[in-house]
Amino acid sequence: MDSWKRFMELIELKDICKTYRLGDIDVPVLKGVSLQIARGEMIALMGASGSGKSTLMNILGCLDRPTSGEYWLDGCDVSALPADERAQLRNQKFGFVFQNFNLLPRTSAMDNVAMPLSYTAGHLSERQARRQAREVLERLGLGDRLHHHPSQLSGGQQQRVAIARALVNHPPLIFADEPTGNLDSRTSTEVLRLFQQLNAQGGITIIIITHDATVARSARRTICIHDGLIEDGAACAPSDTGPEAATPPAAPPSPAELRGIR
Amino acid sequence: MKAYRTARTAMRALGRNPMRALLTTLGIVIGVGAVIAMMEIGTGSSAAIQKTIATMGANVLLVLPGTAASGGVSFGAGSVTTLTPQDGDAILRDSPAVRNVAPIVRARTQVVYGNRNWVPQQMIGTTPAFLDVRDWTDMAEGESFTERDVLNANKVCLIGRTLVRELFQGESPIGREIRVKNVSFRVAGVLSPKGANMMGSDQDDILLAPWTTIKYRVTGSTLSNPNQSAAGGTGSTVNTLNKIYPSEAPEIYPKPSEAQAANTPLTVRFTNIDQLLAAANGPEEIPAAIQQMTEILRERHRIRDGQPDDFTIRDMTEMTNTLTSTTRLMTNLLLCVAMISLVVGGVGIMNIMLVSVTERTREIGLRMAVGARARDILRQFLVEAVVLCLVGGAAGILLGHGGSRLVELLLRWPVATSLPAIAAAVLVSAGVGIVFGFYPAWKASRLDPIDALRYE
Repeated sequence: MDSWKRFMELIELKDICKTYRLGDIDVPVLKGVSLQIARGEMIALMGASGSGKSTLMNILGCLDRPTSGEYWLDGCDVSALPADERAQLRNQKFGFVFQNFNLLPRTSAMDNVAMPLSYTAGHLSERQARRQAREVLERLGLGDRLHHHPSQLSGGQQQRVAIARALVNHPPLIFADEPTGNLDSRTSTEVLRLFQQLNAQGGITIIIITHDATVARSARRTICIHDGLIEDGAACAPSDTGPEAATPPAAPPSPAELRGIR
Repeated sequence: MKAYRTARTAMRALGRNPMRALLTTLGIVIGVGAVIAMMEIGTGSSAAIQKTIATMGANVLLVLPGTAASGGVSFGAGSVTTLTPQDGDAILRDSPAVRNVAPIVRARTQVVYGNRNWVPQQMIGTTPAFLDVRDWTDMAEGESFTERDVLNANKVCLIGRTLVRELFQGESPIGREIRVKNVSFRVAGVLSPKGANMMGSDQDDILLAPWTTIKYRVTGSTLSNPNQSAAGGTGSTVNTLNKIYPSEAPEIYPKPSEAQAANTPLTVRFTNIDQLLAAANGPEEIPAAIQQMTEILRERHRIRDGQPDDFTIRDMTEMTNTLTSTTRLMTNLLLCVAMISLVVGGVGIMNIMLVSVTERTREIGLRMAVGARARDILRQFLVEAVVLCLVGGAAGILLGHGGSRLVELLLRWPVATSLPAIAAAVLVSAGVGIVFGFYPAWKASRLDPIDALRYE
């Protein structure tokens, strides 16, 4: 059972601390975070601004290194990898989706999506890369927008292009940093549904960072972080992984529940 | 594959901001354009200057006959007559570094026209090749005498401007008869003015005639030494090579009267001339020409190894040095100007690339987040700078070349296309791209992806 659990476990954080140095003062942002994330989970990482959720995401996304603690990804300790190997890891294992889409301006959707492929080991020819980008865009319903520039696309379409970019390398894990922050509620729902679909059908682990409880509800599990410590949801709930992952989001939480989360 | 993709990415990134790319390149375009135009105009001027100096005789080599010596007494250069017109023909035929050769026979005597007379500084008997050797082919009036005149010892001459002034006083001398030592010469042409030479002596105070005419009609002697400085040696106790050839005509035939002799000169097989004047193809071929001429003359004169030459070859070292140093000075001057304008262009590139890095911080962050390593970013920005510089360089070459052609067309300045300058411009513009693109690219690659992504 233990080995099964280890196999299913994608991420394990052990006592992660992150301290920033501002002048002469040490500012601790993460004060010993431990959590596990299994394959195929869909997780919302919640917390108020300044709670350390962005720092946690940067460490999870291998953009930053923890000051102390262990980060096991796929059975490897990645907490002390040098910058170039972390870049390789980000390219192969993670997809990133940002609040402001971060698409290259005046560049077609297809080129935007194909961009991460140019940093892969180079086994793909230009034509293969473009075909792969086209496939992903078509799968997300943007087949007729391949050559549009971001400025010619709506917000929801732009975010879908960004998601396609995150998916193009077939990563096992996608980080979405406030993916609905710049979208209206209807497109937000669409984007969240897309994430759920990817999670359910593609088996992709998805971590959404948000401060919005309605967004968090679309996830199967919510991890709350407060003042650099995890308040809730640190461990995998056994029921969280399972075939019912595609169930629609639960009803909105009551104010009492919200208070509880907070 | 990777290089192609990087170049494509760079082109696309530049294409996203075409106006700025254009303005950035402008510095390099103008820089390289100025370099190319300067180099082309400069090379043209330099070639023109070289040509001008060459007309002063910088390419000219003078072959003097050897020295007669008897009992340790040397008689100075030219005191034996070892050179023949055939030596000149052989040099012209066998030495590739020599452009043309002219024999020279000298005389110094009075020239009379009407009631005026003058003794020209130089009275030279030669062939039409002399004019080519001295770069003097354009005539002020009339035309040169011909090879046929040389063969027939015709009584024609060319005179310089000073002689025209002294004898003719504004009259046109063409077709007039002047008397040289009681031989009348028809003036066939007037040489274009050349002014004083570097030593200050007047080069226009000259009379040119076929060497056969001077030798057989003016100096009057047939086989005796025509060099008047050595004339005293003839028939005296000094034993010179002259003895090989009889110093007087053999008495087999009845001796002609003086008038008869002057009117029908004997064509003699073994004829000596005073000097040979040869022109090398260019100043850089002078050493080769000297060596080839020495070999040819030694062989023709049957001089064994280890024995001294019976001739002397002189070059105009001073003029040649002036020539090369002038050219070098011009080139260095142009190079300095070129360097300055390229450095200014390079600083422009660096400036814009730095702005570009700041402006595209988020893009850099994004690229790093999706897996670009520091060296990928470095390469991308470096390639962008190099592409800018190369495109600018290419445009600059066209601009500069067009500019210099325009100058040639409108101002009639001499212009020469300079391939090394074009190659250098391409290399230097790529170099400028690398040198001045490196700092911004390095700065971009040192960005922290988290800060870069959050940059507003």
